[in-house]
Amino acid sequence: MIIRVSAMSDVIIKNGHLIDPANNIDQITDIHISNGKIAAIGPANTLKTSANTQLIDASELTVIPGIVDCCARLREPGMEHKATIKSETIAATRAGITTLCCPPDTDPVIDEPAVVEFINQKTAIAGHSHVVVLGALTTGLNGERLSEMFALQQSGCVGLSNCRNPVENALILKRAFAYAATFDIRVFIEPDEHWLSAGGCAHEGKIATRLGLKGIPVSAETIAIARALELIAETGVSAHFGRLSSAQGIEMIARAKNEHLPVTADVSAHLLHLTEQDISSFNSACHVIPPLRTQRDKEALQYAVANNTIDAICSDHQPHDVDAKQAPFASTEAGISSLETLLPLCLRLCQQTSLELKDVISKITHAPAEILGIEAGTLSVGATADICIFDKNEDWQLTSETTSSHGKNTPFLGWNFQGKVKHTLVKGKVLFSD
Amino acid sequence: MVNKATKPTDALIGRDAWNIQLDKNGNLKHFLTTEGLGTEVLTKILDTAESFADINEKSVKKVPLLRGKTIVNLFFEASTRTRTTFELAAKRLSADVLNINISTSATSKGETLLDTLQNIQAMHCDMFVVRHTDSGASHYIANNVAPNISVINAGDGSHAHPTQAMLDMFTIRRNKGADFGNLRVAIVGDILHSRVARSQIHALNTLNTGDVRVIAPKTLLPVDIENMGVNVFHDLKTGIQDADVVIMLRLQKERMQGALLPSEQEYFQLYGLTEERLQAARSDAIVMHPGPINRGVEIDSNVADGPRSVILDQVSFGIAVRMAVMTMTLGREPEHEVGTNDHQSERHE
Repeated sequence: MIIRVSAMSDVIIKNGHLIDPANNIDQITDIHISNGKIAAIGPANTLKTSANTQLIDASELTVIPGIVDCCARLREPGMEHKATIKSETIAATRAGITTLCCPPDTDPVIDEPAVVEFINQKTAIAGHSHVVVLGALTTGLNGERLSEMFALQQSGCVGLSNCRNPVENALILKRAFAYAATFDIRVFIEPDEHWLSAGGCAHEGKIATRLGLKGIPVSAETIAIARALELIAETGVSAHFGRLSSAQGIEMIARAKNEHLPVTADVSAHLLHLTEQDISSFNSACHVIPPLRTQRDKEALQYAVANNTIDAICSDHQPHDVDAKQAPFASTEAGISSLETLLPLCLRLCQQTSLELKDVISKITHAPAEILGIEAGTLSVGATADICIFDKNEDWQLTSETTSSHGKNTPFLGWNFQGKVKHTLVKGKVLFSD
Repeated sequence: MVNKATKPTDALIGRDAWNIQLDKNGNLKHFLTTEGLGTEVLTKILDTAESFADINEKSVKKVPLLRGKTIVNLFFEASTRTRTTFELAAKRLSADVLNINISTSATSKGETLLDTLQNIQAMHCDMFVVRHTDSGASHYIANNVAPNISVINAGDGSHAHPTQAMLDMFTIRRNKGADFGNLRVAIVGDILHSRVARSQIHALNTLNTGDVRVIAPKTLLPVDIENMGVNVFHDLKTGIQDADVVIMLRLQKERMQGALLPSEQEYFQLYGLTEERLQAARSDAIVMHPGPINRGVEIDSNVADGPRSVILDQVSFGIAVRMAVMTMTLGREPEHEVGTNDHQSERHE
């Protein structure tokens, strides 16, 4: 229950079960928010209250840092018919996500500061979740010329990526890594050897064989990882591998971490729950790149989350218009609209495996914030008050009516979930209450 | 409280791809793939085709089973042979036939496949016969047409070509009898891209064929093909040893460009069927080919035109099998119809 007093009021969240992995907090207590920052943590009677204080009763609820999603396509600029920064940041707050990281494959590509400024302005006007961006590693993502990395960094890009666009020339890739390393910019790699994946739309395996779909072999991922790892070792650049899909890919990352290479990794939440079997009725909602792979791969990914080979879980949100999925499987556009299933699927992982809640919360808050090099994902005193409050016991069903994103393209429609976001605060303001 | 998220039933996430072929009474509604249909349904197709095969040999070849029905041949990919046999089958059943050839470039002008479908549907037809370059296109169409329309897959991408597979089963049954249990059937060639091979494999296994083999170099075999219930061979002679049926697949010329094969010459040298190599098969083995033939690439002319070739029989049986599938999906099988003038459909209101 909320007692609204004024828009600028302080906020006290009472009796919530606080989980803040960064500060090792896992207890029932209160939070006092003032001027958009976390002012204090502890029993409310010891906290200062004023007439202006807004009170959120979080009894029976779980209070975590606002979720940080390290990969979400917002479709603006360039594909506003699919979604906009406004529509998707609103959807994000409803999902407890307070920071989104947007890859550079917008139109125009984020390869110059003007595009970063445009996105920042749109985000400010929307007034919901924070948006940070990755700049393009090469101009136009063409894989040929280095982008103005320093300028992009100065304009606020938190890292650089060529997305799934190839850098065919290994020398250019090496120099891009070396130049980025000069300015301590992290590179974000979506490993893909495009000659092996081009035209493919499903995991190369028994289901693709039955359905007559062009497969994407695991080697498309592992060859790209191997190539990048060699160049990371030579250049010393910090690198983040995003959207891993295979057991073999995970093993390579685990080995690189053992060798103390500066690498981190993430997985999209849907790959922790779906397999190639889910496309067996030509279900285009499950057309996603990298593809849903085998049960063995799925289990390896879950295990890698548990043993910290995978640092973060992201949504890999890709909202589409209805027409994008209205065609025979291979002709549909790849991607799942997944902001609103990020937390539910993470909670589902806890329910189905031995993973502890605080460990999975870490992978959607503190860990991705660290990867992005931003101050977020904690409930530290003095930190920006981005907070997600959810009821871990509430049952609900995902339907296209309850989905706030413009993209209704999710294979999880009709699924029953346990755990629902009740309040989201961004900079101390309650932007969503259920 | 059950502490877990649950997956919905199939009813919630969309009809199961294989079961959409059957209506709630278990009758054939669409014919999209040979996968997932039981022995009974496939045998019924063959039995029904048997009754039409006789009609096709008479001087008056027309029966009024589908009088008043409109069948649309919707071809998104060029085809002469398949379209012609579908057209003849429909005409021999007294249906009205409309041929629509839609090049993929027309649909890429902005009209979606769904738009195209809805436009044609507005002309009140009863059946779509669909050929499309995308795997799964006929499933997509069956899932999106009005409930009174039946869809027959005339080939979708590399996925399925069920009427071709059934005419092949018909040809095998005519030559080898109804019991497939002791048969060894070898399919030779480009399995990777072949919708025909996939549909044949499902049909052969459903009809309990003793030994189904595929023979090809590794570049022309999809991964995990064993999973579909076949034994894999890379050597032609070993593969066709004691085979009762040898099915040769067409090799598309463009396969040389994707580095799948070095040359046609080397392919013929290794996998081309010649009289000499055919000696390894049983002496009464039959040779089949879905056509069109590349003489001197996958098969020698001597074999294609030789005594063991049943390639032209396949073409004639194709009409009977398509007539069978058309009447079954529209609920107008011969036994329901003989001697009646009832033109009302019994199943599709």
